Amino acid sequence: MRPVSYARATSVAEAIAALRAHPDAAFLAGGTTEIDLLRLDVVRPNALVDINALPLSRIEDLADGGLRIGALARMSDVAEAPAVVERFPMLMQALLLGASAQLRNMATIGGNLLQRVRCSYFRDVASPCNKREPGTGCSALDGINRGHAVLGTSDHCIATHPSDLAVALIALDAVVRTEGPRGARAFPIDEFFLLPRDTPHLEHPTEHGELVVAVDVPAAPIARRSLYAKVRDRESYEFALASVAAAMDVQGGVIRAARVALGGVATKPWRARRAEQILVGAPAQRDTYARAAREELASARPRQLNAFKVELAQRAIVRALETLAETGGPQ
Amino acid sequence: MNDTTTPETQAPPVARRRAQARKKQAAANASLPMRGPTEVDVTLKINGVEQVARIEPRVSLLDALREHLLLTGTKKGCDQGTCGACTVWVDGRRVLSCLTLAMACEDHEVTTIEGLAKGGELHPMQRAFIAHDAFQCGYCTPGQIMSAVALIREGHASTDAEIAEWMSGNLCRCAAYPNIRAAIRDVRDSEAGGNDASG
Ligand SMILES: Cc1cc2nc3c(=O)[nH]c(=O)nc-3n(C[C@H](O)[C@H](O)[C@H](O)COP(=O)(O)OP(=O)(O)OC[C@H]3O[C@@H](n4cnc5c(N)ncnc54)[C@H](O)[C@@H]3O)c2cc1C
Ligand code: SF4
Ligand code: FES
Ligand code: FES
Repeated sequence: MRPVSYARATSVAEAIAALRAHPDAAFLAGGTTEIDLLRLDVVRPNALVDINALPLSRIEDLADGGLRIGALARMSDVAEAPAVVERFPMLMQALLLGASAQLRNMATIGGNLLQRVRCSYFRDVASPCNKREPGTGCSALDGINRGHAVLGTSDHCIATHPSDLAVALIALDAVVRTEGPRGARAFPIDEFFLLPRDTPHLEHPTEHGELVVAVDVPAAPIARRSLYAKVRDRESYEFALASVAAAMDVQGGVIRAARVALGGVATKPWRARRAEQILVGAPAQRDTYARAAREELASARPRQLNAFKVELAQRAIVRALETLAETGGPQ
Repeated sequence: MNDTTTPETQAPPVARRRAQARKKQAAANASLPMRGPTEVDVTLKINGVEQVARIEPRVSLLDALREHLLLTGTKKGCDQGTCGACTVWVDGRRVLSCLTLAMACEDHEVTTIEGLAKGGELHPMQRAFIAHDAFQCGYCTPGQIMSAVALIREGHASTDAEIAEWMSGNLCRCAAYPNIRAAIRDVRDSEAGGNDASG
């Protein structure tokens, strides 16, 4: 682990200014990604600006019935907030099915969105990796790629986006609010995550010193009946092989509105818009779900070891929608 | 940062505003001094006692505890956040000390396994682990116990399935899981005094 300097910021302006003054510094929130990757030499900041003392951990109601979640709110606290439990069960479930109790006590909402991929070549500085060192090649293309993505991939990177939270937030049309050298900005969450294309080292539209201050979740009555389903190699404390955030409004047996997003199978949190198009207006039954799932995965580009994910993701979608139609939410 | 070249009083508004912004910026920079990267004095409150460790900022809370303050009860398994052996409490919440910087704990209260016993009496959870034979090699045990006490306090120990889920951040290579759950049930039930409602 390389040596680093450390400072604790007491205001947002101070935190932004500190990163501006130190081009090789990084923000430190819960540290569950940053300290891990620092120790592995994957990230190489020369200074850490601790943002944990900033007043950004509140969860507030927005005028329209939505929520503003402070960037420093901890995963555990957000999962327990009554507004989240009642109005956005898929968000609660996505948080509780992620990491472990200890990690959720540490990890922040902002840090979760900015966590890095779990690709083992990315984490191993001895391996070529376009994301870590642009132009060196992608070791996963013909390597151990069982956990990698089948949607949104490129010839330069196929790493899965690891966040569960982001999958629920993308289904909810959340907005990521930042403050930085260019003042305050707001990004629709779909635009906050970039596809790898031929620049997999660029993951977000933000710049150095731009601080995520909050995530806004707009009101969505449909989300009261929603869930997050996660399929993984073991029952707990594991990243997704495939996951589904889903909400559905069914009236008289017909789907009036639907939100579907996928995790574990794509290079960014994946809004399943094609599936949603098929669902809306169709009868709420298994055939419909299966067709929607099939069409969403039609553009999948599997590699040697992850082809099973194409089928797995479809089954996960069908299971999630069936459960939702039968029970209306988390069990 | 050098903003002395423009006489601020005569400057046009935009330049003046920029100069002011630069000044504000310089003030903000100046008010956030970096500490390290070489050794600095870090004051930590551990198990109710303030101690000063002379460490580099990169030192984890885990290494500060074990290597500098000689509190070796907290164990290092993976050093990557995946095993839970290093579980301690910061301000009463269970966290992983391997992914926490010691310096970030200044002004916070750290509790380790050494802080659980009171007046020479083991904590009920420690006694229950012994009574139920909830370990073999014992390496994961301090982390398991710190997690288990927090688990009951959080109210996440109502069923075996819930215990398993909320203890999943603590791996045990000896697979003492059934006995660990038995110890937790025992403490849960005795704390509840036969009253299930209190969790
Ligand atoms: C063993 C393990 C298992 C895990 N399992 C899961 C899982 O199942 N599901 C899941 O979703 N996640 C999982 N995670 C990932 C975990 O959720 C993230 O590491 C965590 O959310 C990151 O948040 P943090 O506050 O710790 O961020 P940090 O590590 O402090 O920061 C992460 C990055 O974001 C930057 N940053 C942090 N906050 C801000 C901000 N406000 N503005 C700008 N930049 C910022 C930092 O500079 C850094 O680059 C797991 C992690 C581990 C170690
Ligand atoms: S998949 Fe992406 S992160 Fe993994 S080795 Fe290839 S370029 Fe690197
Ligand atoms: S040593 Fe901290 S989680 Fe393994
Ligand atoms: S008792 Fe040996 S690892 Fe748990």
